[in-house]
Amino acid sequence: MTALLEVENLTVGYGAAPVLHDVNLTVEPGQIVAVLGANGAGKSTLLRTLSGLLPPQTGSIRLDGHDLRKIKVEHLVRHGIAHVPEGRGVVTELTVEENLRLGGLWRKPQPSLEPIYELFPRLAERRRNEGHQLSGGERQMLAIGRALAAQPRLLLLDEPSLGLAPKITAQIMALLRDLRDRTGLAVLLVEQNVRSALSIADQGVVLSLGRIVTRHDAATLVDDAELRHAYLGF
Amino acid sequence: MDRFVFLTFDGLSRGAVYAAFALALVLIWRAARIVNFAQGAMAVATAYVGYSVADATGSYWLGFLVAVVAGLLLGAGVERVVMRFVDHSSPLNGVVVALGLVLIIQGVLGMIYGNEFRPAEAPLSRDAFEIGGIALLSRYDLFVFGAVGAVVVLLTLLFTRTPTGLRMRAAAFAPDVSRLLGVPVGGMLTLGWALAAGVGSLAGMLVIPTELGLHPTAMDIVFISAFTAAVLGGLDSPIGAVLGGLLVGLLLSYISGYLGATVAPMAVLALLVIVLLSRPDGLFARSKARTA
Amino acid sequence: MTALQDRAGTKATDRTKAKKISPWLVVVAGAIIVVALTYTLPPFRTYQLATVGAYLCVTAGLTVLTGLNGQLSLGHGALMATGAYTLALWQNKFNLLPVGILVAVLVTTAVGAVIGLAAARLRGPYLAGLTLAVAVVVPSITSTFDETFNSDQGLSVMLNPPPESMTNEQWQAWLCWGGALVTVLVLALLTRGRFGRDMKAVRDDETAARLAGISVARTQVAAFVVSAACAGLAGALFAVIAQSVSPGAFPLTLSLFLLMAIVIGGLGRLSGALIGAVLLVALPAVAHEIGEAAGSQRLEGNLALTFFGVVLVVVMLAAPGGLASLRVPFTKSIPFKKKGH
Repeated sequence: MTALLEVENLTVGYGAAPVLHDVNLTVEPGQIVAVLGANGAGKSTLLRTLSGLLPPQTGSIRLDGHDLRKIKVEHLVRHGIAHVPEGRGVVTELTVEENLRLGGLWRKPQPSLEPIYELFPRLAERRRNEGHQLSGGERQMLAIGRALAAQPRLLLLDEPSLGLAPKITAQIMALLRDLRDRTGLAVLLVEQNVRSALSIADQGVVLSLGRIVTRHDAATLVDDAELRHAYLGF
Repeated sequence: MDRFVFLTFDGLSRGAVYAAFALALVLIWRAARIVNFAQGAMAVATAYVGYSVADATGSYWLGFLVAVVAGLLLGAGVERVVMRFVDHSSPLNGVVVALGLVLIIQGVLGMIYGNEFRPAEAPLSRDAFEIGGIALLSRYDLFVFGAVGAVVVLLTLLFTRTPTGLRMRAAAFAPDVSRLLGVPVGGMLTLGWALAAGVGSLAGMLVIPTELGLHPTAMDIVFISAFTAAVLGGLDSPIGAVLGGLLVGLLLSYISGYLGATVAPMAVLALLVIVLLSRPDGLFARSKARTA
Repeated sequence: MTALQDRAGTKATDRTKAKKISPWLVVVAGAIIVVALTYTLPPFRTYQLATVGAYLCVTAGLTVLTGLNGQLSLGHGALMATGAYTLALWQNKFNLLPVGILVAVLVTTAVGAVIGLAAARLRGPYLAGLTLAVAVVVPSITSTFDETFNSDQGLSVMLNPPPESMTNEQWQAWLCWGGALVTVLVLALLTRGRFGRDMKAVRDDETAARLAGISVARTQVAAFVVSAACAGLAGALFAVIAQSVSPGAFPLTLSLFLLMAIVIGGLGRLSGALIGAVLLVALPAVAHEIGEAAGSQRLEGNLALTFFGVVLVVVMLAAPGGLASLRVPFTKSIPFKKKGH
């Protein structure tokens, strides 16, 4: 089986000091990979590079074996990649429904939003509200829901737990695991909240100062006290 | 009283044109955070094209259509060739480039058509109907209302009811996120400029027969009035632009009617100063407008 | 943090400036050169030299306002008109030129203070729009009060003949360059001191400037007033050279030309203002000759207009930082800024 996403020797930076250095990473279909690390480790830069918002200095990014760098950012959804950016990226001037429609707009015919509303009943209640009227948790649901409306194969999630109550974070994590199990969705999850990320991840990758310092099965990372102390600090 | 009624209708007719022109300014402001100071010059350029076609074919309506289409193309061209490459780290850069375009357009028009006023006939009678002895509206006024009304309705439908409209709004509000969602942001920007310039050209075709005629600088004062209308409406709000346009039209009509036409430009300036200093977010601002 | 860097950067440029030659020397040298030129150039060139001097007054003031203080004014053509009409009205009543010039400067300064007060509260496109409105509307005032200003025909300016030892052109050149050199000297001295530092601090970061105890509004109004005074002087000198004033001499395009001149010359530098002033005279002259050669009157003025426009657009697109990068000296490169953060 070829990997869904394959990142090789990726170096990204603005000049002499690269933000990411020689990063290698694979995501298999139906796999949840958690990228962990402190603030400034380069996690968001990694996701932004994967979706083409930042140009890499060297290295290759392949989706199903095809060079992703040749694909324009706005064509990424057509190849099955949905990116939920840091800070959620809800278009606050648009309503909930408009945000969701935007997610599936490139598909013809446009998909029904009902499955999304079933997944997030709260969004159905607020469908006429504008983005700026939503709470943080609702915005996160909206951002994920909008990404799912594109019916992706690979979801790039940037800090979904940021600023959310633990209960809501847990709900969102459970939802991701459920989606993976039901639809075979692959997720590349960037998180500072190590515990909740590892609770659903298959693999954990620890990023520090732009380099991958360790990579293990999520279970191993959680169970091995030495690894945990060394890289995750708990 | 008769005079007041007449001036009111005249003001609404003028105001409808300012509304359309202000709407064009707002369209670009929302899409690109640029006040298109070249819009007046662009509208004049397409009006020259329209009247040339009308003279050559004998059909005003064909000329009108050509002018609007030329506006769409010119708007797209200006965005693709020039504005796309402007560094927007300072809001002044876009302004300066637009002003450079004003010089180019006015220079080229002067070279081709000369710097004299050329007569521009209205296609319909501008004599007002009288109802009960009171002069109300002319056929031309009705045409103006119809054309501007159609534009407002069509734009509203486009932005609220179509996928393209949704894409355009999303691209304007959050370009990076929109690209991740598959919206061709660059294309939407071009489309926004095209639409705005098309609306500007339509407004130009409507207003030029009511003024002194065709001249490279014919839209300078109209631009100032429409800019005032757009600022009055909040610069971010299409509805505000339309209301602002009607208000400015009425005000100018009363001032020209009661105090003399030469006072009108000063009145616009005074109004602009008052609005900018007292309500910089516009009269109809619901929430605080974004800073430029 | 960026604010701190900007402050540091500002100080660094100040230090390099301090090594430059004294403005007094520049002015004396300029005066000698101008006098020498007036005795060697043919009359028409001397007349053009005078025009350059008159333009230099306004471009120098404008480059300080836009380049050092970051305020974009499209209304300086209208301010020149104010100075010109004031001088014309004064001369036709009192015929006392030195006082007339002074009065023209004072009246324009007062008008500039009014606009500047409004301008200090506005930013970016709003300020541009307001000053654009001033530029478009002010010439039309001559029609509103046509008994005073005589509408589109304008006024002729009563002047005494020049001293017998000089030709008219020489006298004009001396007068205009006298004004220009005084302007440059005053601006150079002003911008070197505290006022210059305050203006740059306000331009770079208003919040940081405020925290450093600088009154942002007062600095902006002061910058506008100073540049308005310069424009008033320029207007008065133009009225003297042309011996007449009319609204047609101060169209919107004049204000746009001024903007072009300072952008091309390099914003914020008095040497740039000189380059701009020379271009303002040279480019139309070239266009005039092309127009004559082509035998087309239409071409003349409009060719210059088009040319100015093209140059303005090209300079703005070619300079990677636009206005912002133009305000640092060419030798100093700024770090390439990432697009689409």
